Amino acid sequence: MAEAAILMLEDGRVFRGSRYGAPGVVFGEVVFNTSMTGYQEVLTDPSYAGQIVTMTYPLIGNYGANHEDQESAGPCVAGFVIHEAPPLHSNWRAEESLGAYLQRHRVVGITGVDQRALTRHIRSAGAMRGAIARADTDESELLRQIQAQPKMAGLDLSCGVSTVEPYTVPAVRAKRFDVLAFDLGVKSHSLKLLAERGCEVTVLPALTATEDIFGRDFDGLFISNGPGDPEAVGHVLETIRALADNDTPIFGICLGHQLIARAFGASTYKLLYGHRGGNHPVRRLADGAVEITAQNHGFAVQGDEDEIPGAADLRPTHINLNDRTIEGLEHRNKPIFSVQYHPESAPGPHDSRYLFDRLIEDMAARELASAHNA
Amino acid sequence: MPKRTDLKNILLLGSGPIVIGQAAEFDYSGTQAVRALREEGYRVILINSNPATIMTDPDLADRTYIEPITPEWVERVIELERPDAILPTMGGQTALNVALELHDRGVLEKYGVELIGANARAIRTAENRSEFAKAMARIGLEVPHGGFARSLEDATRIVEDTEYPAIIRPSFTLGGTGGGIAYNREEFEGLVRAGIARSPINEVLIDRSVLGWKEYELEVMRDGADNVVVICSIENFDPMGVHTGDSVTVAPVQTLTDVEYQRMRDAAIAIIREVGVEAGGCNVQFAVDPATGEMLVVEMNPRVSRSSALASKATGYPIARIGAKLSVGYTLDELPNSITRTTPASFEPVLDYVVVKFPRFAFEKFAVADATLGVQMKAVGESMAIGRTFKQAWQKAIRALEIGRSGWEVGRTLADDRLNEETPEALRAALRHPTPERCFQMKRALLQGFTISEIAALTHVDPWFVAQLAELVGAERTYAALPEVGRAELLRMKRFGFSDDQLAKLRGESEADVRERRWSQRIHPVYNTVDTCAGEFPAHTPYLYSTYADENESERSERRKVVILGSGPNRIGQGVEFDYCCVQAALALREAGWETIMVNSNPETVSTDFDISDKLYFEPLTLEDVLEIVRLEQPEGVIVQLGGQTPLKLAGVLERLGVQILGTSVESIDRAEDRERFEELARRLGVTQPPNGNATSVDEAAEIAHRIGYPVLLRPSYVLGGRGMVIVYDEDTLRNYFERAASVSEERPVLVDRFLEDAFEADVDALCDGETVVIGGVMQHIEEAGVHSGDSACVLPPYLLRDQHIEEMREYTRRFALELGVVGLINVQYAVYDDRVYVLEVNSRASRTVPFVSKATGVPLARIASRLMLGERLADFDLPEHIPVHGVAVKEAVFPFNKIDVDPILGPEMRSTGEAMGVDDSFGMAFAKAQMSAGMDLPMEGSIIVTVHDRDKPTVVPIARRLHDMGFRLLASEGTARHLQARGIPCDRVFKVNEGRPNMVDLMISGEVGMLINTPLGKRSQYDDRAMRRAAIAHGVPYVTTMSAASAAADAISALRNRRREVRSIQERVAAAHADPLRPRTTTLAGAGGRG
Repeated sequence: MAEAAILMLEDGRVFRGSRYGAPGVVFGEVVFNTSMTGYQEVLTDPSYAGQIVTMTYPLIGNYGANHEDQESAGPCVAGFVIHEAPPLHSNWRAEESLGAYLQRHRVVGITGVDQRALTRHIRSAGAMRGAIARADTDESELLRQIQAQPKMAGLDLSCGVSTVEPYTVPAVRAKRFDVLAFDLGVKSHSLKLLAERGCEVTVLPALTATEDIFGRDFDGLFISNGPGDPEAVGHVLETIRALADNDTPIFGICLGHQLIARAFGASTYKLLYGHRGGNHPVRRLADGAVEITAQNHGFAVQGDEDEIPGAADLRPTHINLNDRTIEGLEHRNKPIFSVQYHPESAPGPHDSRYLFDRLIEDMAARELASAHNA
Repeated sequence: MPKRTDLKNILLLGSGPIVIGQAAEFDYSGTQAVRALREEGYRVILINSNPATIMTDPDLADRTYIEPITPEWVERVIELERPDAILPTMGGQTALNVALELHDRGVLEKYGVELIGANARAIRTAENRSEFAKAMARIGLEVPHGGFARSLEDATRIVEDTEYPAIIRPSFTLGGTGGGIAYNREEFEGLVRAGIARSPINEVLIDRSVLGWKEYELEVMRDGADNVVVICSIENFDPMGVHTGDSVTVAPVQTLTDVEYQRMRDAAIAIIREVGVEAGGCNVQFAVDPATGEMLVVEMNPRVSRSSALASKATGYPIARIGAKLSVGYTLDELPNSITRTTPASFEPVLDYVVVKFPRFAFEKFAVADATLGVQMKAVGESMAIGRTFKQAWQKAIRALEIGRSGWEVGRTLADDRLNEETPEALRAALRHPTPERCFQMKRALLQGFTISEIAALTHVDPWFVAQLAELVGAERTYAALPEVGRAELLRMKRFGFSDDQLAKLRGESEADVRERRWSQRIHPVYNTVDTCAGEFPAHTPYLYSTYADENESERSERRKVVILGSGPNRIGQGVEFDYCCVQAALALREAGWETIMVNSNPETVSTDFDISDKLYFEPLTLEDVLEIVRLEQPEGVIVQLGGQTPLKLAGVLERLGVQILGTSVESIDRAEDRERFEELARRLGVTQPPNGNATSVDEAAEIAHRIGYPVLLRPSYVLGGRGMVIVYDEDTLRNYFERAASVSEERPVLVDRFLEDAFEADVDALCDGETVVIGGVMQHIEEAGVHSGDSACVLPPYLLRDQHIEEMREYTRRFALELGVVGLINVQYAVYDDRVYVLEVNSRASRTVPFVSKATGVPLARIASRLMLGERLADFDLPEHIPVHGVAVKEAVFPFNKIDVDPILGPEMRSTGEAMGVDDSFGMAFAKAQMSAGMDLPMEGSIIVTVHDRDKPTVVPIARRLHDMGFRLLASEGTARHLQARGIPCDRVFKVNEGRPNMVDLMISGEVGMLINTPLGKRSQYDDRAMRRAAIAHGVPYVTTMSAASAAADAISALRNRRREVRSIQERVAAAHADPLRPRTTTLAGAGGRG
């Protein structure tokens, strides 16, 4: 029998299970994800930095782990909570078991947890701080430590997961455009989808200064997803506004979306327990179409399908059909748009990948316009 | 888009009688669809020939036609009702085929009727395999290579490319009928010939074999605005090569990464768009090479299906209901998720549990049939179980099957697991061939030390599943070896899904021992909600399953409540008719103010629709599972008499454990079932029984038979559907029966009855409140005694019984009901022999014929019965003493002989899977309609073969004369021909099979025969007879095997030739017969959907 472990929440509730993955104690914000497939992509999504992720699907690890389904260099989660790991994984692409993968990457996890009870608790009480520890830990001391952890609200975590040095992802086949990507915790699929569309992508650290950007020759800007509270990430806003004046096409995802909103005056707030999964229905306001989307966010832009308070230049383009929150927006007269959800969808449905094409179209239109002017 | 206002009247096509491959799931879907459309204010017209369904309840649709679902009869309905649209996607292959044919014949155009849900082009693209292959090529997807053949030559050319083994699939047949796997040229040619003959367009597809590949299914929905969602993904435990209806299936997928799953999802979405299902659902099947991940599209069904019913139950997403709304113009985002209520239907359900479906077979009914599973479906029912883990769901699904196993356990004998010996070689050989018992053979192999990879290699079952099973074997070993069982160890085993009974056997204890220990340690299951969203949003619908975890979500209300035990998996002898009764009870009691709690494990049925009861526990119907629910809910009582033998078997022990059984007491049920006590009862009431005795040993049986005289009917006690029943004519056969087929002992006595040869039998269904009796109907069997009542056609009202006998039967039924203190339903079977009425058996429970009688009379027997059980009196219902029937109603049984290759001779063991009903003003036309609905296409002209047993020769003469007078050419075997010719009936002698060629079989194959009248000619010519009957089945030639059926067929042919073919709704028939006594007091079913 594996060593007994506990998951403790900041309100004192304790869930019992046993160790899965690496030994140790970890702290983080406890959240849940409802995707039934794609645990490896979830683990390696930098937006989960600082979070202990609970998978609501009870059987995790069924198809093992491989070197392909990585959304970044390695796992980013603070901890991992599951109900049951299989005695044997099976898939033609599997290279090792998930348990071995977690051990190798030093990810602390817990299995045997009544993940549904935990999910229902978070659903009503909200995402909260917690810890995974050995079962023989002094629980009152652990609770004190949990409560001493910083809250997610107000945290800038993007610098911690961003690249330190700029790097370039070459275009697949012929290069059409140069795209700069602000890495606030970028997922490799976003870069891959850009590269597949003929973009040579230069990935920049989160703290890249505006002047540095203006020194470069490029056609469009991509602002990635990332962890933490958008209110705490101030430095990108100035760049966004400066590029907007310049009519540069900009496309933001998740944290990138929240920053674009903030750059034009909107505010953001923390959702009770966030949206994390691959089945969220989003309506595209332009034509009413429904996209089934992959989501991973704890904060959202203030507003509804009619307006975004404080940001007269922006209009909502997508709303979430479950809770009517804003899922997408665009600038009224600049080639700037963004979505709260994850069109790169790894894991998740591919319904929204057309958004990457939209950036291409915006860049092509600008190219055409400047050719005219020349 | 809001709903369409240009449509007013919508015709919904049902699927007809239950057959293998097209079963109760279409009652579930059709019922949902009718309710969904009526909710929107449409006038719904329904056609379905299956009386045992909820959908044909007169309250459900505005107009219900119990008529044959054939183009001709549907056209009559269209002519009369002038619908604006037809929804053809709820009635399986039958409805799609009829819709397409009506389109092709120009009927739809003539009457200006539109197909909604799926149009003709979409149906054709999906159903025609060559069109489908082209469509897939257009969107860059691959199908198993091969080609289409309309001749053996074409086929042979194709198989040179695909090589053996090759899969042969006839185009446009149901449940894979006529399909098969050929390993060599000989098998190939046989299958191709048969397949071309069976296909309505005489075409077969030769598939590249993907045997052993992994099999997946996705359920997809699309609305008129082109929004598409995937409702459920399913991974089959059994590999490709086993029909998905025969496979153990698991939801959601287990062994695909997100990359692979999304690729499949993308493909499914592209397929529904390319095929052009504009507003509705479809099911797409995929094969995946386990070594490389190569993915092929196997097929697509543009309609609801067995899988969509399963997916609906597995996810809580009501596919048929939503599909019906999409078909009238709604988009997915306009419709609410019925479980969360706050979120829309435009989403994809996520599960936080695992669902396992197990098929239920009936090979015990067909001892000689080949039990190898292949591309043609053979299962007759299924159980579904929900657990937090695969292991839990797996064990629960098996114990829900009611096959004598309390979970995943090996059989008591090797034969139970279809093995002759248990050597490693024998096991290896067995594991290579899929049979219903293969998963139990796998357990034996694991116990013997076979490795996971060896078992996976032999079976092509994914190693993931095998490893899960190996974990169970390991847990059993550990548990059995424990010096003492502590709380943690017990809890661990419960989490692995082990039942108390399984655990008891592991340590030589009794089930009660384990239960008491468990209860003393306060280990009880908790109930979690199927909520479509893995807990992300609150659920408003108590659709529950048990698991062993931290939190119980099922809250006991303060209301008066009643638990209704359902009937479990469908099987021969216990089918959808019992589900009908349970649903009727749930609705009637809900409306009478009770909280109704349904317990059932059958995913195909209406009873497991979460909309029917106040609470649904999707659980096995075992003592342990029921006790835990009763413990939590504390109902006023439990209803056991509506779900067939399944709940009845539990009644005694539930009562002993202090559970209140509602209605007729357990004591009374037992008094009627226990042969000795029953004999005493009959004697006391002055009702004659055939001479009989109760044997507890073979010698005793022989002694009784000798005393009462042969022939005798042998039957084990406490069985339904005549399981193990035979008629024997001499002592040798009697002794042989016990050696081969049946065990007899003190605990399992066998009843020996004098068999009343050539008697007529009748069934009586009645209601009793303990003091008053109302006779629901007296039905006369058309087949003579000796044919199981479920297999015999029957007619209401009786047409050949003398009034005096009918009156005696009514009187005897009253006496039995009152003496037994029946509260609810009672069914009594009688035989009339030598001008005298004998009682054969009394069942103080709902019978198979309850829905038939209810449809024929318009009196909802099961609804009234359920209210009697809760204290209302018959006087409250204002029923007439004689319930009238307007016209004549005939019920005909439907058999699986085209799927399961055995001799179609009828006997005391029931073998029919379903039934069809025909109603008309004359017996002949009612019988004709029932025959057509049952798939018997009676000839109007041409040739008829007559070849009968010597003792039937006098009886066949008048029948043959009528047929001759109607202009038929009679073909007869030598003996029969001589007999007929001697009586002045012209006929031509034809060869029997062993007499030369062309013989009778050749004539049937070449399509020269319109009907076969054949009664068994005895042992000598058994081979001949069987070859003929099989040829008749294979080539769709109507056949009758009893003289009374032949006579009825002659009546039917005469009616079809001479009378106008008319349709009439049952609402009109019933209104014409009498005013509905319940009408002012009942809510309609269509209105019962809204809760609270």
